Amino acid sequence: MVQFNRKNLLGLEELTAEEIELILDTADSFKEISERPIKKVPALRGVTIANLFYEPSTRTRMSFELAEKRLSADTVNFSKATSAVVKGESLRDTAENIQAMKVDVVVMRHSSSGAHRFLSEFLDASIVNAGDGQHEHPTQALLDMMTLRQRWGGFEGKRVTIIGDIMHSRVARSNIWGLTKMGAEVTVCGPTTMMPPMIEQLGEGGITVEYDIRRAIAEADAINILRIQLERQKSRLFPSLQEYFDVYGVTLDVLEAAPREGIVMHPGPMNRGVEIAQEVADGDRAVILEQVTNGVAVRMAVLFLIAGGKTEGDEPAS
Amino acid sequence: MIDWKDKREFWISGAKVIDPETAKMRTGSVLVQKGAIAEIVWQKAVETELPVLDATGYVLTPGFVDIHTHLREPGYEEKETIATGTAAAAAGGYTSVVCMANTDPVVDEPSVVEFITKRAQQVGRCRVLIAAALTKGLGGEVINEYFYLKSAGAVALSDDGKFVTNSQVMRAALEYAGFHGLTVISHCEDAFLVENSQIHEGYVSTRLGLKGAPAAAEEIAIYRDIRLAQLTGSPLHIAHVSTAGAIDLIRKAKRKGLPVTAEVTPHHLTMNDELLETYDRNLKVNPPLRGKRDSAVLLDAIRDGAIDCIATDHAPHNEIDKQVEFDMAPPGMIGLETAFAQLHTELVVPGKLDLVDLVRLMTVRPAEVLRIQGGRLRKGEPADLALIDPGEEWVLEKHLIRSKSKNTPLIGKTFTGRIRGVFLEGKWQSAILEEG
Repeated sequence: MVQFNRKNLLGLEELTAEEIELILDTADSFKEISERPIKKVPALRGVTIANLFYEPSTRTRMSFELAEKRLSADTVNFSKATSAVVKGESLRDTAENIQAMKVDVVVMRHSSSGAHRFLSEFLDASIVNAGDGQHEHPTQALLDMMTLRQRWGGFEGKRVTIIGDIMHSRVARSNIWGLTKMGAEVTVCGPTTMMPPMIEQLGEGGITVEYDIRRAIAEADAINILRIQLERQKSRLFPSLQEYFDVYGVTLDVLEAAPREGIVMHPGPMNRGVEIAQEVADGDRAVILEQVTNGVAVRMAVLFLIAGGKTEGDEPAS
Repeated sequence: MIDWKDKREFWISGAKVIDPETAKMRTGSVLVQKGAIAEIVWQKAVETELPVLDATGYVLTPGFVDIHTHLREPGYEEKETIATGTAAAAAGGYTSVVCMANTDPVVDEPSVVEFITKRAQQVGRCRVLIAAALTKGLGGEVINEYFYLKSAGAVALSDDGKFVTNSQVMRAALEYAGFHGLTVISHCEDAFLVENSQIHEGYVSTRLGLKGAPAAAEEIAIYRDIRLAQLTGSPLHIAHVSTAGAIDLIRKAKRKGLPVTAEVTPHHLTMNDELLETYDRNLKVNPPLRGKRDSAVLLDAIRDGAIDCIATDHAPHNEIDKQVEFDMAPPGMIGLETAFAQLHTELVVPGKLDLVDLVRLMTVRPAEVLRIQGGRLRKGEPADLALIDPGEEWVLEKHLIRSKSKNTPLIGKTFTGRIRGVFLEGKWQSAILEEG
């Protein structure tokens, strides 16, 4: 039996295929809890988790909170706007203060790539990466993979195409690491201005870069469409949203180029009519809400594997 | 062996003495008299009544000259002061440093030049020469009063840390500086291409999700400045060259006989961007650590003369500045105390570079670039000398660092070759803290 002996989940690059498999297996078994009338198990009773969100987030933050609550953890929340950060407190000070209140796990989203790695230099608490800059978003990739595995049974020989702003996407990077480690083939597709250098070398054994969207999806078993950040237009990486939609937007017409059974994913939040057409987002190939459902199970699994087992059976000494 | 200390006259005997100008290393003895080199004899021992420092087994060279140092005073004394920065320099074998103008206030007025000169006389442990700002407030728009700055003592001009974006301003600066006999030191990077960049653009930047600075940003800027040096005929020195493509441009300029010189830092010579996978903020420098191939080409360039000298770009930042997220950390690492040891360990010991050539790159050649004194072993010159134990193995420990800031990725590293100390005008300054 594979053990999960990690203190932190910083990214998928550092995980082995066996560890990813273990997380997905655990997530599968946790999924059922969310279907129960009473959606709660005592697995993390007595564990305190702080959610530090330095960047705005709806889905990921709620998903983590629900996962924590369904595992009976005690949670506290922090968001940049309402915290001492606006008074100029450093990340290090904030984190050390939170730790001083005896928090067991810190779930953090931060706009700086490597912020979690930095935090891990001085925190004793476990750290779970809920997105760091343009680096990794491991739980998003895990929930994407959970969704795919439920359909496919496994990843060997499967093809996933990721479309959009690859350069600035932590979702793309985590998916590339996770999927290639599990034996899937990854193709990335997007405007040349948003394709980072040497991306083809990323992942286990490398990936394929294809700039023509129809060619990119021609053999795709799954298409993962990334959100286009509207501010990229200001940094002159593409001339207009309309042109982006016409060249890289996934429409029903574009989907004709893909195999019939190819499914459509999106990490959210969607810009309907920009990177994804309305009919595709709501179409029967889309598994976007399934991804969201699986997100809770994946985060339960990650938190359980990192923080579980420590308090099991222990009753507080009175 | 204590006897010669604080004496006005003494011999240093039996050392391997390096004369950078003739590129020779021979066993010899040097007589120091009233702060100057009074005699050099190529023999192991001397018969004398005077005190003798037996330096058998050591290497004696002119003190090193660093033409790219940030001393941070005035304005950023929490990072470094003239006292701590020059103590670090002396500990690294340097007897002269040229400090950069990005202080607060900026060195764009004679009064600031005079202030630094005066502080250095009071507290300095090595000579402090001053590069004044090329443009007012380093703003890149209005050229400074080079005549007044030179009269106050400035030896060069630089907006280091910033590229002069406006080509007309740079042309005027070069023309005007040339007339006043001052070399312009240019920090070459296209400001738009490097906006928000954190590290070198390449596989590592893609992997780490950090914005990259392409090599082209540096090369475009270097090309422009070489063309302006050609147009104006004024001497141009290119700071901290870091890319293979830049070396090509500099080689071509030199082949044409243009008045262009260039420096490279110890860190660009010995490190590359693969080290950054830990997001170590002490490895964040500007220009960034480049690829493996770039550092290999830089090494070729110091061997064949395309690069004129080694300069540290000693850039102190204290722990608070660097204990932040990678993209919020200021670029720069300290280097004065480790430059020789690092290059000796990484290049000389494995046989990639001759010891004499390394010493030349750190003494006479930087002095020639800026047309300043020092770095030469000559009778009658001030006895600014460095004493090196080439075989000593030592570990860089944080508490041994004399710089006020400790921002170096080399803490804990074992080096071969250690500076035992320097003589500044014949006065001994030990490099080693514990032993005094």
